[in-house]
Amino acid sequence: MEDFILLETIEKYLGNQMDAQEKAAFELVRKNTPEIDQMVVEHAMFLQQINEYSAIKSIKQTLAQTHQNLLERGEITNSNELPSSTKIVQLFHKYKRVASIAASIGGVIALFISGLALYLSPVSHSNQIQQLSNDIAAIKKSQQYQGKLINEVKSKLPAGVKFISGGSGFLIDAKGFIVTNAHVIKGTGTIVVDNTGKEYVAEIALLDKEKDLAILKINDADFTSKKSLPYSIRKSTTDLGEEIFTLGYPRNEIVYGTGYLSARSGYEGDSLSYQLQMSANPGNSGAPVFDNAGEVIGVLSTREAQLEGVVFALKSNNIYKVVNDYNTSNEGGKDIKISTRSNISRMSRKNQIATLESCVYYVKSFDK
Amino acid sequence: MKATSNEQALLKGLASNDSAIIEQLYKENFSTIQAFILANNGSYDDARDVFQEAMIALYEKAQSGSFVLTCQIKTYIYSVCRRLWLKKLQQLGRYSQPVDNLEETISVEDDLEQHAKHDAAFAIMDRALKSLGEPCKSLLEGYYLQKMDMQALASEFGYTNADNAKNQKYKCLMRLKKLFFAQYNIGE
Repeated sequence: MEDFILLETIEKYLGNQMDAQEKAAFELVRKNTPEIDQMVVEHAMFLQQINEYSAIKSIKQTLAQTHQNLLERGEITNSNELPSSTKIVQLFHKYKRVASIAASIGGVIALFISGLALYLSPVSHSNQIQQLSNDIAAIKKSQQYQGKLINEVKSKLPAGVKFISGGSGFLIDAKGFIVTNAHVIKGTGTIVVDNTGKEYVAEIALLDKEKDLAILKINDADFTSKKSLPYSIRKSTTDLGEEIFTLGYPRNEIVYGTGYLSARSGYEGDSLSYQLQMSANPGNSGAPVFDNAGEVIGVLSTREAQLEGVVFALKSNNIYKVVNDYNTSNEGGKDIKISTRSNISRMSRKNQIATLESCVYYVKSFDK
Repeated sequence: MKATSNEQALLKGLASNDSAIIEQLYKENFSTIQAFILANNGSYDDARDVFQEAMIALYEKAQSGSFVLTCQIKTYIYSVCRRLWLKKLQQLGRYSQPVDNLEETISVEDDLEQHAKHDAAFAIMDRALKSLGEPCKSLLEGYYLQKMDMQALASEFGYTNADNAKNQKYKCLMRLKKLFFAQYNIGE
């Protein structure tokens, strides 16, 4: 019974239903009796809980009632089906602005990316690599300058002919056999010019377009054959990183260039070629690629158009193949003999070049 | 996105259990939630339960005076429902990648943790009241929930006078408190 009275008192106190005097008296009791103080705290907490319970219970009732009302008025459905198209249309209207902005951003990005892809992606093969022969246009440009030179030496060009193409070539046999690229020889006749500017008439001995190699034979009374060539042509392949150099005619004068072997295969894995890192220009086509020992390891032929310094050279063993073809088809004439010994391997680079210079020719191809 | 004054008014209405405002909130948001739940392995009943639970969670937040909503109400409701439903799916072992309708969501983890505590307390109180039996349950509900005075309760329950009813109420209250605190750990 006493508990009830106590509880009633606490409830009155917590509910603020006491007058000031009562309240002061009760607070004194609370202060002096920890048990009662504890009961007050506990009951306050309980009242809070029951109030919360009450509030949530009533909100739950409201929600249930609201749900029922809306359902009866048809403003919400109790369907288990996914919303029909009307809902989608609603969503479309709701988000069409966002969607259109997103779409236009998407469009711009798509354009940008395709532009970027176009810019970065490899273009077709033909544009990608460039043959290093001189074409008409390139030659025309230099012809005025060259005209003087040709006049001086009393050109051996037949009258009324046109240059078609040009490049470099080098001796593979002291008797006057020259190797160059097949793409250098676009015309029907050729003349070769040595490093001192002397011209010699040459005939096309063999043209292998598949290997892109040509053999020219100097057929000129002025030509005095050498005793032997100072360099050999390598039969085996060369290692990566091998330092290399070349001599060629990107202009009317012989030009020296260096680089290194950067891959064992050529453009798109072409196993007939090496990839080299060096600079090369139109006119270098057909030029010999030497290693440090002065041995020919390849024939410079193409370069990658988009990448500066990426050049491809046909492997020197291809020369043996075309020479072999020539020798078997050549009945009665003199066979080509390739020297297999290099005697410039111990020379300094300057002396090597001085020796090699006279073996590298400027090849010009013409048409009637 | 700060809640606009209109949104604050809606929250105030919800906090004071204003049925017109609750109806408005219900009408504006229920079908979105229904669509979400139906699209994610749920039923209409699931949608109703989850939506009402989210409304209660929002109500609890609105009750605490310091509460300021940092996003639109519909975003909040959607986020809570989404979280609640994905959790439910996980418990049921039916979890799959959620399918959304371009709705934005916010993180509601802390709020839901708070809500879970309230929910647990509610369930304890509910159980305690139910295990009291009649007439204790109705008497206490009449006094604490419907806020009836002792005189009205006495005549309702047929007590000869208010004092008897009051004594009976305190007896019941003592039992209820015992039942409640047996499960409700202070400080939890």
